Amino acid sequence: MKAFIANRGAFIALLVFAAVVLAALLAPWLAPHDPVQQFREHMLTPPVWQAGGLAQFPLGTDELGRCLLSRLLFGARVSLMIGVLSVLLALLPGIVLGLVAAFHPRWVSPLVMRVMDVLLALPGLLLAIGVITILGPGLINTVIAIAVGALPGYVRLVRGSALAELGRDYVTASRLAGAGTLRLMFDTVLPNCLAPVIVSATLSFSSAILETAALGFLGLGVQAPQPEWGSMLSAARDYIERAPWVVTLPGLSILVTVLAVNLMGDGLRDALDPKLRQA
Amino acid sequence: MFRLLLQKLATLVPTLLGVTLVAFALIRLIPGDPIEIMVGERRLDPAQHAALMKRMGLDQPLPTQYFNYLGQLAQGDLGQSLVTREPVVEEFKVLFPATVELAGSALLLALLLGLPLGMAAALKRGSWFDQLVMATATVGNSMPVFWWGLVLIMAFSVGLEWTPVSGRIGIEYDVPFVSGFMLVDAALSDEAGAWWSALLHLVLPAVVLGTIPMAVIARMTRSAMLEVLREDYMRTARAKGLSPARVVLHHGLRNALIPIVTVLGLQVGSLLGGAVLTETIFSWPGIGKWLIDAIARRDYPVVQAGILISALIFMGVNLVVDLLYGVVNPRMRGELGKDKE
Amino acid sequence: MSALLEVRNLRVRFNGFTAVDGVDLDVAAGELLGIVGESGSGKSVSMMALMGLIDAPGIVTADALRFDGQDLLTMSAAQRRRGLGKFVGKDVAMVFQDALNSLNPSHTVGNQVREVLRVHLGLRGAALETRVLELFERVEIPAAKTRLGAYPHEMSGGMNQRVMIAMAIACEPRLLIADEPTTALDVTIQAQVMDLLLRLQREQGMGLVLITHDLAVVATMAQRVAVMYAGQVVETASTDTLFEQPRHPYTQALLAALPEHNRGGPEEGRRLSALPGIVPGRNDRPAGCLLAPRCSHVQPRCQAERPELVGGVRCFFPQAIKQGPA
Repeated sequence: MKAFIANRGAFIALLVFAAVVLAALLAPWLAPHDPVQQFREHMLTPPVWQAGGLAQFPLGTDELGRCLLSRLLFGARVSLMIGVLSVLLALLPGIVLGLVAAFHPRWVSPLVMRVMDVLLALPGLLLAIGVITILGPGLINTVIAIAVGALPGYVRLVRGSALAELGRDYVTASRLAGAGTLRLMFDTVLPNCLAPVIVSATLSFSSAILETAALGFLGLGVQAPQPEWGSMLSAARDYIERAPWVVTLPGLSILVTVLAVNLMGDGLRDALDPKLRQA
Repeated sequence: MFRLLLQKLATLVPTLLGVTLVAFALIRLIPGDPIEIMVGERRLDPAQHAALMKRMGLDQPLPTQYFNYLGQLAQGDLGQSLVTREPVVEEFKVLFPATVELAGSALLLALLLGLPLGMAAALKRGSWFDQLVMATATVGNSMPVFWWGLVLIMAFSVGLEWTPVSGRIGIEYDVPFVSGFMLVDAALSDEAGAWWSALLHLVLPAVVLGTIPMAVIARMTRSAMLEVLREDYMRTARAKGLSPARVVLHHGLRNALIPIVTVLGLQVGSLLGGAVLTETIFSWPGIGKWLIDAIARRDYPVVQAGILISALIFMGVNLVVDLLYGVVNPRMRGELGKDKE
Repeated sequence: MSALLEVRNLRVRFNGFTAVDGVDLDVAAGELLGIVGESGSGKSVSMMALMGLIDAPGIVTADALRFDGQDLLTMSAAQRRRGLGKFVGKDVAMVFQDALNSLNPSHTVGNQVREVLRVHLGLRGAALETRVLELFERVEIPAAKTRLGAYPHEMSGGMNQRVMIAMAIACEPRLLIADEPTTALDVTIQAQVMDLLLRLQREQGMGLVLITHDLAVVATMAQRVAVMYAGQVVETASTDTLFEQPRHPYTQALLAALPEHNRGGPEEGRRLSALPGIVPGRNDRPAGCLLAPRCSHVQPRCQAERPELVGGVRCFFPQAIKQGPA
């Protein structure tokens, strides 16, 4: 923990991330307007610091007259929620499958790994697109699609770690003491595999946010009128010249959030394993 | 080496079959009647419905359908687009080179910039240069590619008007299709200025697509070089009186390539996904845009083919990377000739 | 004999810490100089400085640096960090301790030897191949031709060390520096490699600087010995003289700690005699003689002033104690 705090970049990133989380949690109270409410008389209003800006809409409005600040705040909720849910949805089954595969190398393991190989045959975004094609667009389906893409990574990681631990003496000792398989799995082996899993989870989280935005951008993720940073960018494409703030602000939100999570992940990895330090 | 290739191909077969199974199941997993999905809004009376089912082989038991599908694949038949009624394979043949040109240029850019920057950062570790490169790479790593494309369009296409906004070549040029690679075809055509126009159209999308891989490669190169520079054999190389350049490149980078190559496979995956987004932004007529359009238009045979082909490409690339890894890392060649004295 | 290598007052400093302080060395052509000392005595660092392997922020200085008759001191600080500069790899070569890690894992051993020949001697094609094979045979690598295409991880430690030696002698250097070349090897192989080095030295008339902590090897093989302690040369003499009449208290302590010298003594069968205390680290260098805190003959002057190397001994009160029969 100390090492993490000592790493200045990671610490600042933590603060930024905490700010984003706070903003997302408090969105209903912080947002000046309802994010889906359209103010037809104030379409494409610039942010308050530019000419023509209104105090009423601090970050301006989009092409349908919706308050950008409110949409960004609620969009944060969406992105963070999908991020957390998709990581959990991939992590928990991933840990279980990985452990099961490690403990049953005879025929369960090859079966599980083959299925994972099929999932890995498609790169992340394309796999998510494939799942969305089957299930249809929407928030829940986005969570599932991203989770399916992240699952094989966890299974491989946990299986690999667990296999390495299984060869160690303390596991043999536990086994000899009469520990049952379940207990061996979760009590003995798992805690020692967790460090790389946690680091991987942080990085999955940031790529989940990027994937959510990408799917939103393509119209395959969270659907209108629900605010989501990526879909906001898709609509903004036509307004690059006229209203650049509609393009820059949602994108910056994505960038800052993902950057913060990535820096935290780097800091976490350095703190947990000094050998890997990037110095 | 050849034996290794065969071994690896053998392990791919089950995965390959799995992928075809998924592609096959794609249409059938979508809720609803497949015929109605494909036909869309049009009303069909039961007779027409039955006739269509029979014609598409959908009245057969599922396993039979799957084998029929495999048979079709083996013959290179990927079905027909519901929208254009053209064979999917034909459309693919025209669009694929466009994506290859884009992704290839992006990867080239990523390597040409990422490797030297990462090496220089490692050699000048701790300097302002190192910190600048690493900060930029970290930001580049966290960037949503589609937003980056929009930003660059705003800056260069709209703001400075240096590059065009979409397409592969100015619409005033009529370049005949020879290879599918616009840079090649434009050079071969006798239209003055065509090649330059093609290049200008390629530049921005390639930069956009290549940014994230470049950031990742730079970071990886730096950390790999830092590890290598610590090794004893680097000291030996210098003790041999070799020039600093030779020591760093022939002895240093050569070993740093090992972890870098492992990262390459992932990067190509990222390129494939990123290509979909980049092609959408720049209206680049490649298979990425084709796929997205097909999804929007419910052109399921195209979607099915697109997913299958993407998987094949990705698996192929990973195979190449695995082999490359074996080349680059002698310890992994699985040879049994371990001579001891 | 003409001096092959002449070093006066070599000093290597890292961020204010003097790792090597005032080292004087002389090596004549065909002579074997042994450098002995504990870990941290600066023996490796001083040789690496000569080979130009000290990086910034290390600072290398010397009052005199002459190799094969040429004065190498007329150089900038950056050049001086390159030690013997243009001679490195060709006329002066170094062999390191851990051969497996000192060879590049991604290149065949053959190519690593070829590299030296190509870069320094410009050999190509058939001439190159002949020479490489010849070198491998000279260092007694069996089935040399097949071994040329092997990788370091495919060979044993002893084989790898022979490759390192082949690389080092490839250009027929005038001086070979060997930094604990046999320490990492099995005992049975150690003797073989040592014999090889000696044979090569005799055949090529090379000067050989052998860094080791093994006094027995030095006693039997070196003509001259330099003893180092905490970055300084504390005594240097011909081998016979050193072993029979060691003058510096540290040398005496080293010899006294040999099991052979403890027979018949008061503590026989129970304890080896040893110097109390430990080598001073970075932060507790004494103001006077570096051995003062541990020396049994210490006088007030020793604690106030640093002695210079005079007549081969760095001590204000050198003792001439005749050693009994070993």
